Amino acid sequence: MLDKEGIAKRIAKEIKDGYYVNLGIGIPTLVANYIPEGIDVVLQSENGLLGMGPFPFEGEEDADMINAGKQTITILPGSAVFDSAMSFGMIRAKKVNLTILGAMEVSENGDIANWKIPGKMVKGMGGAMDLVASAENIIVAMQHVNKAGESKLLPECSLPLTGVHCVKKIVTELAVLDVLPEGGFKLLERAPGVSVEEIRNATAGKLIIEGDIPEMILI
Amino acid sequence: MNKVVSNADEAIRDIKSGMTLMLGGFGLCGLPENCIAALVKKGVKELTCISNNAGVDGFGIGLMLKQRQVKKMISSYVGENAEFERQLLSGELEVELIPQGTLATRCMAAGYGMPAIFTPAGIGTEVAQGKEIRNFHGKDYLMELAFDADFAIVKAWKGDTMGNLVYRHTARNFNPVMAMAGKITIAEVEELVEPGELDPDHIHTPGIYVHRIFQGSNYEKRIEQRTVRKK
Repeated sequence: MLDKEGIAKRIAKEIKDGYYVNLGIGIPTLVANYIPEGIDVVLQSENGLLGMGPFPFEGEEDADMINAGKQTITILPGSAVFDSAMSFGMIRAKKVNLTILGAMEVSENGDIANWKIPGKMVKGMGGAMDLVASAENIIVAMQHVNKAGESKLLPECSLPLTGVHCVKKIVTELAVLDVLPEGGFKLLERAPGVSVEEIRNATAGKLIIEGDIPEMILI
Repeated sequence: MNKVVSNADEAIRDIKSGMTLMLGGFGLCGLPENCIAALVKKGVKELTCISNNAGVDGFGIGLMLKQRQVKKMISSYVGENAEFERQLLSGELEVELIPQGTLATRCMAAGYGMPAIFTPAGIGTEVAQGKEIRNFHGKDYLMELAFDADFAIVKAWKGDTMGNLVYRHTARNFNPVMAMAGKITIAEVEELVEPGELDPDHIHTPGIYVHRIFQGSNYEKRIEQRTVRKK
């Protein structure tokens, strides 16, 4: 079973040289720490930056330089700053190659719910609806089951949706799965020490298992 | 073509209760701090505020919320404000949540003289309820209308007396598109300079969009999430 860092490490293997990548808040942010050497990527922050760098050293924070999570950050050589309309313009026009975000639920046809829980204070969708509606390559990083032990990979989402038919791949503490265009979670890899049976028991939606399922190889 | 006013009080002199205002900024970054303070002092009420966020307790739009000056917030994310939450749950405050890209692009449309945009954001979700959907090249898009705001209030780094603006780093965010979208646009800047001091090739907002400009003072520029690494 993977911890959060492990999920981030596994997702980092999906990043290809030359990609522009948008990382959501939470586990996706950790992915930046595991981008393999020799892979050249540019991180997009939807508040208006391409070329996001690491957190600043203590004492070097700049109130005018933050990421979409409102954290102080740095900019790398070759960065570009732009306004919010252009930022979502490049997202809508599919210039951003890969979007990695968290989710509360994903359905077997690729619907995602990650912004609202009925009865709880709703904070808003931020840029999530724009990202999932436009991105061609979306990886969801999340726990396979919620705190109550219920599967988050479902036949249909029960929570209000963020977007429909958009998730292509899911990485959890248990497994890597593709969401097939015709519907269903196709099991690709098991986390170290996790059996197919455990994954089956944790997946409420349609799970497709073909042949031997290899254990994932982490960097 | 001198657009300079002496201070924030003069800049907002004719903002009245019940008006719709756009306020630039993302989180607490790039906020028109001086104008927000002047609005709090003036005490105008029943405002509809279009802004990506609603500030925090004690800073940004949070200051206007505390004085119960806001009737309605139109935002994409409003998380970090206990007073906001209290007013929302008690029904004192109306909130319209819209996707961030839709928010920005509805500003842009107003500034470009276009009545509406088509965006895929929100298709298949509750955001699409009651809205016109059009299919282009096999994909559904929502029609979203350009904003119509009485005033846009923005913050820039530098500006000249003709209203040309330059922003700094990610404090740019919503400011340029809101500056384009107001019927009247007020810009507060950290440094006001004479025409010719800004390179025309480096202007982010051309002065034609800006009606009033002044040099602000005492910028706090509060940081919402201070994150650092060790040397």
